[in-house]
Amino acid sequence: MKKQFAAFLLAILFALIFAPHAWCGKNTIKIGINAPITGDIPKVGEGTKFTARMWLADIKAAGGLKVGGKTYQVELVIEDNESRAESAVKVNTKMITEDEVLVIVGPQASKQAVPAGEVANNYKTPLISPWSTNPDTTKDRPYVFRGCFLDPFQGPVLANFITKEFGLKKAAVLYDVASDYPKGLAEFIKKAWEELHGSGSVVAFESFTTKDADFSSQLTKIIRSGAEVIFTPQYYNEVALIVQQAHELGWNKPIVGSDSWGSAETVELCGKDCYGLFFSTHYAAAGATGATKVFIDRYKKQYGYVPDDAAALTWDSLLIVQEAICACGKITGNMEKDRKCVRDAMARIKEFDGITGKMTFTEDGDPIKCAVIVRISDKGEFEFYKSVCP
Amino acid sequence: MAFFFQNLVNALQWGSFYALIALGYSMVYGVLMLFNFAHGDIFMVGAYIGFGVASGLVALTSTGAVALPNWSILMLTIIVSMFLTAFVGMIVERIGYRPLRDAPRASAAITGLMIGIILETGNLALLGARRVRFPSLIESTTYNIGGVFVTNKKIMIVVVSLLLMFALNQFVRRTKWGMAMRAMAFDYVVVPLMGVSTNTIAALTFALGSALAAAAGILFGLAYPVLDPYMGIVFGWKAFVAAILGGRGSILGATLAGFLLGFIEIFVAMIFPSTLRDLIAYSIILLILTFKPHGFFGEPYSARLRL
Repeated sequence: MKKQFAAFLLAILFALIFAPHAWCGKNTIKIGINAPITGDIPKVGEGTKFTARMWLADIKAAGGLKVGGKTYQVELVIEDNESRAESAVKVNTKMITEDEVLVIVGPQASKQAVPAGEVANNYKTPLISPWSTNPDTTKDRPYVFRGCFLDPFQGPVLANFITKEFGLKKAAVLYDVASDYPKGLAEFIKKAWEELHGSGSVVAFESFTTKDADFSSQLTKIIRSGAEVIFTPQYYNEVALIVQQAHELGWNKPIVGSDSWGSAETVELCGKDCYGLFFSTHYAAAGATGATKVFIDRYKKQYGYVPDDAAALTWDSLLIVQEAICACGKITGNMEKDRKCVRDAMARIKEFDGITGKMTFTEDGDPIKCAVIVRISDKGEFEFYKSVCP
Repeated sequence: MAFFFQNLVNALQWGSFYALIALGYSMVYGVLMLFNFAHGDIFMVGAYIGFGVASGLVALTSTGAVALPNWSILMLTIIVSMFLTAFVGMIVERIGYRPLRDAPRASAAITGLMIGIILETGNLALLGARRVRFPSLIESTTYNIGGVFVTNKKIMIVVVSLLLMFALNQFVRRTKWGMAMRAMAFDYVVVPLMGVSTNTIAALTFALGSALAAAAGILFGLAYPVLDPYMGIVFGWKAFVAAILGGRGSILGATLAGFLLGFIEIFVAMIFPSTLRDLIAYSIILLILTFKPHGFFGEPYSARLRL
């Protein structure tokens, strides 16, 4: 009898531990953050985490989130997706089914956002990816949104910019075939370039796989093809290796990148080799004004470095989430109902004035906004060069 | 023609790394009959130790405490890191493998995988997930020789690798320790009866292999200056392939197969679309092994250490 009673107590204890909603009441709103804190792009994960904490501090300072006349406390569930697609899916499922989050912000990179978006959509949980530019993330998924422009837009932006700025005709593309974002963007750049200069104007279309460190054979091929510019829509760790190896093989023509270059770590890893190169991105920290500057200054003061684009987009995404929750008007405590309510409210947002620019949303939940061309200055700073709008 | 020679130069550099790491696999197998699957991660540890030593020396020099030119910092880094990583290798042997020496082979293989994971995640816990940039100790100078671009780093990497391989060869061939290693490989039952300690020789073998892996790690850091805790996994697998291809236990075989692997990877990417590089490269190696199942210098019934 005693034993049975002990077992019973133990069972109750476990139930209490693993079902937090049983004891913390219904006055909190949980928001999930799915971020790459370890793995290939930890700097992006760190920025996401820091930005989310800054936002939470704002909410706490205001006493909570007011929804329909009632004030709710906000709790963040920050999970690490290890920069891997499988982990992003696992983490999403956990946050949705166990932690019972209302909304998820993240994952950042398309490699994780595309599969994680599917999970969120299947569980009918609104998800907003701040940084994923691959069209598949939100396509035919009513519950999935994003905070940035898309690759089909970024491709022509880069192709047009290089054509107008340098008047070049022959391009090469070097990308990671095993990752959704570079692969998708590489194809959009190729398409856009060939539309401008005719088929065959992309003289080399070379690839490698994630974790490769030696690109000498691909670069040797590119140099022999007579290309005048290399596009490489890679993440910052590969950018450093590609640019350095290209220079060591005698390449002294432009190398152009995409928004994945915009991390605080690109220049740190790449050094002088990257000075003077261009890439397209969501915002430029140097020369920012208004709310953007306020955000940058605050972030810099708190964490000691200038926030990258992923951090700025995370900030905007969190504000969109906040607006949607407030616009929803009522939190019932019924997860399914509340999630649908927030999703509908988010879909109703037509215009949003964020720190990464004004955006209007399409039916798919994709924003239309301007891209920025950034030049890496001779001091290693990201300098605003040009703004390109759709 | 310049195109061909450019690829040849690229392949020489790339193959040096495979060869240096494959030697560690092959030696351990030759002497102790086990595959040290943590070897790729020891390469990673070596690169990080090199990073630490180099950064420390650079910082010391910049404060003016000691005046060292960059090339001597590099030499010091290589030597100190080789010693330190040799210690890591000996610790791995002492903790991971010695207690399992009489256990089934599968247990020892799995131990290697576990030690590998411990080293990776241990590094992650210690330094965080941030990648580090290996300090550029020598200013990269590019020479243009008739359209073939060669950097001073590339030349140095190949020369240092060849020197180390030669030194290992001489050590195993000419010293008493080397003779003990060969004897142990020949018969691990009788040799201990002659007063040669199995434990000492096992530790020595691990130390040598790890020192070579450390040298490979530092040279790798010079050529590809972005280090991350998981850099050793794929590299370890591929070097393992080279060790098998060369013939288990063969030092010459591991060296040649390491270079061959580099050549195959680079030249496949030169001829075929680069997307298919590993697919075609490793199909070729599978084909070679089908016809030479014991590798180039392997013997059917023995895998002992040979020169």
